[in-house]
Amino acid sequence: MAETDEPEKKRRRVVELTEKMVVDGGNGSTCEWEGRWNHIKKFVERSGPFTHPEFEPGPESLQFMSETCKVLVIGAGGLGCELLKDLALSGFRNIHVVDMDTIDVSNLNRQFLFRPKDVGRPKADVAADFINSRIPGCRVVPHFKKIQDLDETFYRQFHIIVCGLDSVLARRWMNGMLLSLLVYEDGVLDQLSVIPLIDGGTEGFKGSARVIFPGMSACIDCTLELYPPQINFPMCTIASMPRLPEHCVEYVRVLLWPKEKPFGDDVTLDGDDPAHIQWVFEKSLERAAEFNITGVTYRLTQGVVKRVIPAVASTNAVIAAACATEVFKIATSAYTPLNNYMVFNDVDGLYTYTFEAERKENCSACSQIPLDLHFSSSSKLQEVLDYLTESASLQMKSPAVTATVDGKNKTLYLQSVASIEQRTRPNLSKTLKELRLTDGQELAVADVTTPQTMLFRLCFTS
Amino acid sequence: MAATKASKEQKYDRQLRLWGDHGQEALENAHICLINATATGTEILKNLVLPGIGAFTIVDGHTVTGEDVGNNFFLSNSSIGKNRAQAATELLQELNSDVSGNFVEESPDKLLDNDPEFFHRFTIVIGVQLPESTCLRLGSVLWSAPVPFLVCKTYGLIGYMRLVVQEHTVIESHPDNALEDLRLDQPFAEFQNHIKSYDLDSMDKKDHSHTPWVIIVAKYLEKWLSEHNCLPPKNYKEKEAFRQFIREGILKNENGVPEDEENFEEAIKNVNTALNPTKIPSTVEDLFNSEQCNNITSQTSSFWVMLRAVKEFVHNEGTGSLPVRGTIPDMIADSQKFINLQNVYREKALQDTAAVSKHIECLLQSVGKPPESIAEKDIKLFCKNASFLRVVRCRSLAEEYSVDSVNKDEITSYMDNPDSEMVFYLMLRAIDRFYQQHSRYPGVYNYQVEEDISKLKLCVNSLLQEYSLNVNIKDDYIHEFCRYGAAEPHTVSAFLGGSAAQEAIKIISHQFVPFNNTFIYNAMSQTSATLQL
Repeated sequence: MAETDEPEKKRRRVVELTEKMVVDGGNGSTCEWEGRWNHIKKFVERSGPFTHPEFEPGPESLQFMSETCKVLVIGAGGLGCELLKDLALSGFRNIHVVDMDTIDVSNLNRQFLFRPKDVGRPKADVAADFINSRIPGCRVVPHFKKIQDLDETFYRQFHIIVCGLDSVLARRWMNGMLLSLLVYEDGVLDQLSVIPLIDGGTEGFKGSARVIFPGMSACIDCTLELYPPQINFPMCTIASMPRLPEHCVEYVRVLLWPKEKPFGDDVTLDGDDPAHIQWVFEKSLERAAEFNITGVTYRLTQGVVKRVIPAVASTNAVIAAACATEVFKIATSAYTPLNNYMVFNDVDGLYTYTFEAERKENCSACSQIPLDLHFSSSSKLQEVLDYLTESASLQMKSPAVTATVDGKNKTLYLQSVASIEQRTRPNLSKTLKELRLTDGQELAVADVTTPQTMLFRLCFTS
Repeated sequence: MAATKASKEQKYDRQLRLWGDHGQEALENAHICLINATATGTEILKNLVLPGIGAFTIVDGHTVTGEDVGNNFFLSNSSIGKNRAQAATELLQELNSDVSGNFVEESPDKLLDNDPEFFHRFTIVIGVQLPESTCLRLGSVLWSAPVPFLVCKTYGLIGYMRLVVQEHTVIESHPDNALEDLRLDQPFAEFQNHIKSYDLDSMDKKDHSHTPWVIIVAKYLEKWLSEHNCLPPKNYKEKEAFRQFIREGILKNENGVPEDEENFEEAIKNVNTALNPTKIPSTVEDLFNSEQCNNITSQTSSFWVMLRAVKEFVHNEGTGSLPVRGTIPDMIADSQKFINLQNVYREKALQDTAAVSKHIECLLQSVGKPPESIAEKDIKLFCKNASFLRVVRCRSLAEEYSVDSVNKDEITSYMDNPDSEMVFYLMLRAIDRFYQQHSRYPGVYNYQVEEDISKLKLCVNSLLQEYSLNVNIKDDYIHEFCRYGAAEPHTVSAFLGGSAAQEAIKIISHQFVPFNNTFIYNAMSQTSATLQL
């Protein structure tokens, strides 16, 4: 559509191209060909009425994108594969990708950088290889790791970070990491320490894309209520009054498996092992028959055990594209970025809704003010822990609490190390007064939801 | 064979959970035509090849240029100079060995000249980056075939889609927030009997606390009706009183403190929706009133025959209501009480479906078709989804473009806000006009940007004049569209790629509801709109 030369001119140009071309795709240092970046150039080399106030047209933007700008993609799955492609075809060359998973057959319907022969290999590695060989000059660096295995030095090197994660926990951790990199001088935020975070998420035909400037705009925890906690079936339903086929499967997974240990004493249920699922399926059918419940199928069984979220290529394509557009806008200042949250749903027609999520004044992650915890001095420590895990705005997983008592740093409760858990367990049933905690005292809480320790202030109500 | 089927089940597992095996079968029987393997085109096709469509054919007469390779994942620099249809087919085919890829090295205009029926073999035709004249020609051929036509265009930071399908029926629309079909306002005989079998006052604590909320509401509603002249709670005050009425039914311990009866709390919480009168949705009423429903011939599709049968049912056995859906939501209850209640609804649904089947038989007979023409499982699916039926009818391109039938109201009302997405639709129309006049798009080369602004403005004005559109298009948009220089940035192409592919899947599978009929995406503001033009 955008080329209109006469045939004569075009032919000559094509002949010239084949002579100039460097026949080296793999470690491509200067793999260029004429017209390669024409589609991008129109946005970075021309002025326009809707550009960002700070935008300056010129060849520097494209140069910055391909030579200097470092982008980090978190996740090489449904969103990650799309993001890598989108960024590479937008002119970005220095891209890192982190993913701790290996490739599974069920990924192949949408994670298009993987093939059947790649099953079992690390996603990050295969994705990087594919992009690097398909897009000459692009240098994707893979990291087959958990995001928690990388430290501030790693994250600090990036200009922009884009997430294609499948867990709220991981998002909160990334959020916390970028917040921990912020530098304040005399209470004023040094904007150079802000690394923009673009976060995409999808589920079936729904998705969302948001832009976060840590310390400046709403962060993940500011809008934690948008991610309601996953509801599990009540134990009494599973144990004694199942009604749905799902209840039958949960019974087998949660109660029968630990009792019968069908594959050995220390063998935990592996949702990816077809033999395990088959066993659960058969036992679930038995359970269902007992209660006249219909509807247990292999697919349903696997879905419940693995907590499967349905997924298709199209939704991931849409959301990743929106995120990549934002990365482009931020890197080039070509346009004002999305401010700051877009949701998408194509169940009935196509629906998008764009709004500005607001910062929460007392956000547990980004507000910098230690949060007040209001308890009576006769409350038990367990109550405090329950609050930390059940509060919709905190949703901690297994908080570890320490405090300075009588001048010494004391661990009040910690779950993740068995010996310490045992030693501190009696504290749970002690009152705050018995634990010699005082009004106004600071409690330091560590949890998997954030890389930083969170500070709380204890306020006695009576 | 068996191995392939099992591995396909695994590979497609995540999508089978959305559209089921029958949806997948429809996809695997589909043959999709893509015209123009530009970035937008190949991105759309990628999202169709991955989920396993049966076959695709790319029609493209263009030769691959360096610019094409720059924004397209399915073209490599080694294919520069080759035919674009062929080059793209190779790399798209490689995505999924279940799919069969074909290409035709020809422009769609040539095909329309020499062999317009070529397009009749396809399940859907997707035309990308088409000039207006080609688009209208194709639109006309496909409308009469009839073959669904999806027009897509990426222009700068704007994405555009237009669906052209005469009539598209949807049985499984899978609505996000469907109301339950519990019939509490008009309990059928079997449900009434079932309610009679409960005596809340004589139950022991365990049974009392594990009685389904539906039974509780039904019981209390019976009492209320007898005390209120057969009038159900109507306003907020009465509903509050009704909730309180139920709350008083919660068992109390020796000290008069109410016990923890979650089922009663559920009943109270559900009072609002439970008291909603059972009503036939207006969408379904409209379908009952349509021509296709009332004029059944031997050519009538099974959708309309089934719909007519349901209409007959409504007027007879259904006494004004649709067949009972037969499903109930989960609720606090012991297994037996829940299953028994569920069976009451299930059996009623079976009964209603059987009645509908009889009507279908009569209708088929009346037009000389055998009763087996419509399978029982299809009738069952239809009845279960009776409240959710949808039919999408799009206007033809001819209607959209004709001065006599242009949708002026839609255009002018949207343009009350001069920054609404409608302005992009008008700009795209103006761009098409520019191309017709100058055989090129505005601002492709840097030196053209400035001078093309006034030329494009003339096109905008002639467009508005021709259609007598009294709207104002800001100069900024004219400048911006010259600046775009017909660029097709990858990220916008990819957004459209996902959007269009899913709409195509909806058309092929007849599940979920397609848009009607124009979709505009603005990547500058990350907003969109659906217009009916």
